[in-house]
Amino acid sequence: MSAAIPPTATPALSVRDLHKSFGPVEVLKGISLDAQEGDVVSILGSSGSGKSTFLRCINLLETPDSGEVTVGGETIRMQTTKSGSRPADRRQVDRMRSRLGMVFQSFNLWTHKTVLENIIEAPIHVQGRSRAECIEEAEALLAKVGIAEKRNHYPAHLSGGQQQRAAIARALAMRPQVMLFDEPTSALDPELVGEVLRVMRALAEEGRTMLVVTHEMGFARDVSSRVLFLHKGVVEEDGKPQDVFANSRSERFRQFISQ
Amino acid sequence: MDFEFTRDTFLSLIAAVPMTLSLAATSIAFGIVLALLLALARISGILPLDWFARLYLFVFRGTPLLVQIFLIYYGLSQFPAIRHSFVWPILRQPYWCAIIALTLNTGAYGSEIIRGGLLSVPHGQVEAARAAGMSRFKLFRRIVMPLAIRQALPGYGNEMISMIKSTSLASIITLMDITGVAAKIISETYRAIEVFVVAGAIYLAINFALTRLVQLVEYRLSPHLRRPPPAAAPIIEGEAL
Repeated sequence: MSAAIPPTATPALSVRDLHKSFGPVEVLKGISLDAQEGDVVSILGSSGSGKSTFLRCINLLETPDSGEVTVGGETIRMQTTKSGSRPADRRQVDRMRSRLGMVFQSFNLWTHKTVLENIIEAPIHVQGRSRAECIEEAEALLAKVGIAEKRNHYPAHLSGGQQQRAAIARALAMRPQVMLFDEPTSALDPELVGEVLRVMRALAEEGRTMLVVTHEMGFARDVSSRVLFLHKGVVEEDGKPQDVFANSRSERFRQFISQ
Repeated sequence: MDFEFTRDTFLSLIAAVPMTLSLAATSIAFGIVLALLLALARISGILPLDWFARLYLFVFRGTPLLVQIFLIYYGLSQFPAIRHSFVWPILRQPYWCAIIALTLNTGAYGSEIIRGGLLSVPHGQVEAARAAGMSRFKLFRRIVMPLAIRQALPGYGNEMISMIKSTSLASIITLMDITGVAAKIISETYRAIEVFVVAGAIYLAINFALTRLVQLVEYRLSPHLRRPPPAAAPIIEGEAL
């Protein structure tokens, strides 16, 4: 008797009641999210809705004031201080970050290293893997994102789309459990957006767990398995794309997508 | 112009080049370490360290190097406590007094150059390294420092040239560097023009070599700022008709 595989007990990523303020402005007012293995979650919202802050709190590029982030069953330990909270163990944070691949809006490739050096940097120097193995894997990743011939070029010599694809390869080289994308196509010329979205779509199809902050409605609608709409620091809409795009209960979300 | 005298002078001054280079190289090397520490103190965000570095800069940039040399060489020996302490074997030697004064001085100027380099590192590249799980130390060594050095190098080249020339002040406290030997020859011959022209030419040659060296290092460290290597020539089919 072949039973259907039950959903894994531990979600790939779990966020509990995340709060974050910048000065007097409360940007996140308690956001929770469970992402199962293979989920592709698009996070939508107008500017100032807190969606980028939410993503950056997950890998602690911003320190949340309260709340809990759990990656693959391991919760990031925080301690409260008089000015808010901070990670209890810096090395744990470094370890957790290496399990979360981050792709930035402005690529942020290391400009003094070639594309290949960018990709093998963290696997060698953070994860301590062998150089030969990392180069082999990097070349496979470069072929996958379609810039194998640029391996020895410096970032300044690439187009925006090529840089972002290199940045995706760099994040993948860490063999992350979850990929985080922070508006990956927002800094690109319109004609370069497609090549990056194609790579992301391929990643989604091979079952990667992805959180994508985006303005690309097409991607959210067609590729993601779930859509999260943030408004003023709270989750305003959450569901399967076919449901929320067709008949959302949220007036604001309907307004947002009709723009 | 007396060629024989000029040639003899040249040979005497060339013999003093090792002293000048040794003063400059030693104080530049120690000075870089001091400059890095001061720059880190300035950007550490730890107020006492920041204030200490600011005060240090204020004093050492605001007073003449010659005064600093005098204070260390003649001033410190006034205190019996120093004369009887373990540092006296060093502080009684004019060579080491000159090295200390030059180091303390270049450390002040160098720290501002390094601080500028550190501040020029784009924040996004630092974030990318943090997001990849790099520890603070690794981030500094692998990402921040290499990027900062490239920015700081032209300015630091200036400082090194300035240091070559500053070593001439050490001749005041009896050191026989190029200027020291030159002054001695003049006091014996009263032929200032030939001697100082030769001395100036030697400093010029040293700084020319130093400039080229800095340029070479800059070139080697900055492949990412140059045009990409030309791609392999495309093979156009049918061209060989």
